[in-house]
Amino acid sequence: MTDDGTAGALADNIGYFVRALRAAGLPVGTGHLLDALAAVQQVGIGSRTDFYWTLHAVLVSRIRDREVFDQAFHVFWRNPGLLERMRSLALPDSNAPAVAPEPLSRRVADALATTAPGTARISEETELDRDASETWSASESLDGQDFESMSADEIEQAKAAIGRMQLLLKPVRVRRREPHPRGQRTDLRASMRRMLRQGPDSITLVKARNRSRPPPLVVICDISGSMKRYSRMLLHFTHTLTNDRDRVFTFVFGTRLTHITRFLRERDVDLALARVGSEVLDWDGGTRIGSCLKAFNQAWSRRVLGTGAVVLLITDGLDRDAGSGLGDEMRRLHMSCARLICLNPLLRYAAYEPRTQGMRAILPHVDEFLSIHNLDSMRDLVEALGRDRARNAKRVEEWLPMAR
Amino acid sequence: MATAVYLALSLNRPLFLEGEAGVGKTEIAKVLAASLGRQLIRLQCYEGLDIASAAYEWNYARQMLEIRLAEAAGDADRDRLAADLFEARFLVRRPLLQALDVHAEGPPVLLIDELDRTDEPFEAYLLELLSDWQLSVPELGTITAAAPPIVILTSNRTREIHDALKRRCFYHWVDYPSAARELRILELKAPDAPFVLRNQVVGFVQKLRQLDLFKMPGVAETLDWCSALTQLDAVALHPAVIEDTLGVLLKYQDDIEKIQGTEAARLLTELQVEMAEAAMRMS
Repeated sequence: MTDDGTAGALADNIGYFVRALRAAGLPVGTGHLLDALAAVQQVGIGSRTDFYWTLHAVLVSRIRDREVFDQAFHVFWRNPGLLERMRSLALPDSNAPAVAPEPLSRRVADALATTAPGTARISEETELDRDASETWSASESLDGQDFESMSADEIEQAKAAIGRMQLLLKPVRVRRREPHPRGQRTDLRASMRRMLRQGPDSITLVKARNRSRPPPLVVICDISGSMKRYSRMLLHFTHTLTNDRDRVFTFVFGTRLTHITRFLRERDVDLALARVGSEVLDWDGGTRIGSCLKAFNQAWSRRVLGTGAVVLLITDGLDRDAGSGLGDEMRRLHMSCARLICLNPLLRYAAYEPRTQGMRAILPHVDEFLSIHNLDSMRDLVEALGRDRARNAKRVEEWLPMAR
Repeated sequence: MATAVYLALSLNRPLFLEGEAGVGKTEIAKVLAASLGRQLIRLQCYEGLDIASAAYEWNYARQMLEIRLAEAAGDADRDRLAADLFEARFLVRRPLLQALDVHAEGPPVLLIDELDRTDEPFEAYLLELLSDWQLSVPELGTITAAAPPIVILTSNRTREIHDALKRRCFYHWVDYPSAARELRILELKAPDAPFVLRNQVVGFVQKLRQLDLFKMPGVAETLDWCSALTQLDAVALHPAVIEDTLGVLLKYQDDIEKIQGTEAARLLTELQVEMAEAAMRMS
């Protein structure tokens, strides 16, 4: 560790560490660095645990950053010659053993790589991919290359773009009121209070109107083998949606239905997806759409489909049960929500025709049938949700003759 | 169930009841109030429920009058008028505030029904009431209960209630009753129905609950069905009368279609065989 280094080297290292954390997304600045230096001076560096908690106290201010800090700390302070370590990871002929005992969060790996001084930066970027390829979240980017045959780099950019997406669902009126100058109703209580402020000579009426609020959004996503290329990308998408606002519920299904909203609430996208990955047991297997939708209808529809709910059903319609019982469940689902949008990545093929039995059973009961295979289609979707229906999209009625 | 109610009563904690529609959650509060001889104050929740209709409201008309009177008397002291205007006598007390009042027969039973129908802000508003038995009225100060009311909250679980609220309550999941218990309920609530009919009704409903239905019939439906059959002068179940009255029991067309006709007849025969066997064993 750094005990034997001079005070100056320690300060430099703490400085690098703070920069690494900043690159990993923690809100730490120069002020934190000065605090950290002062704190370390107070506590001393006699014990690693004390040192850890000293830095933790100063640098972590949100619970969601704890995990990132922990990983960064252990990697950074294990070996002050971090640059060499990162390089040894990258070289195929290196004798160094694989260092990360547990998968590093991609963000940490990324951030640690970029804290190295500028000269090594070019080689580092190639190293980064290598280092992270051992990890779960990066293996997804390799799978993702099929997502419109993107390179790993492009995938990263795509994820960043997804992270920036904002959903503006068409709001529904609720019965609560808010003050508004052109409101229809009079808020007597507010009027009376204002009168007290102004004096009893005149009474200004305070107007209020009904507040509006985005409706609940439910995402039901197919994660079977045939959807492999898209499902993980789509989970990034739903993670963004979940953290953007309340009342977003996400379910995934292959052979059974899993409710994953709780895991996606985790702010850090890598952690969230890792938790989903360990919780969901039927990745990349077969699909039983009918029975999974039935499970949803029975156990969840009455709990998550509130007034004006919008449902996104993401599936390619390839069903192991050949669509048996699917029609009835789709009908029930359609009746329980205000808008049911089916998203099928196969729609990217111009010549696509909904001929599978699953898709044929689904189509008569959806309001919209859209593609979801690249960023543009995601943007289209986000935009379509803000309006009554998607622009430029083929109407469901036009698909129906093909589904016969 | 009895334990949960006993604990809620003896430890002065709210009781939070969850369960499917029609299993008798609301009834618990009613029976509790009746048997303890307390007043039942009921707050039915709905979307958009606000303080004005749940806790208190100022009587604006009377406040206006007070202002006019003050004007007429030539009294223009603004501070005094403000203090006068927001006195307890201008306060319209809604259920939550009523529950904190002193009642001659003892603390009332406050039923907050179908809490899942409101939104989260209202739940948050309840927190102060449920833990400290007090409400804050900004213009008046804090109003504390003389004696804590007995609070029953119910939810149909159309959404999850926040943990902060659940933490303050005892929780009980109200399930469908067993055959013996349901029979006992029918005896008490529908004493007019013939004995055979009651047995058959309970048996049939219990069988229905084992099937794969979208919405299972609750106790309320059993009672309704039993009184409907009594009204039709049926002394025992037979396929035709089941067919006619299935709408009392099942409220989804899918479910009715599934049960109607052969399935109902099959269940009935099964039931008759079982009851005959039971009778044989008894004798």
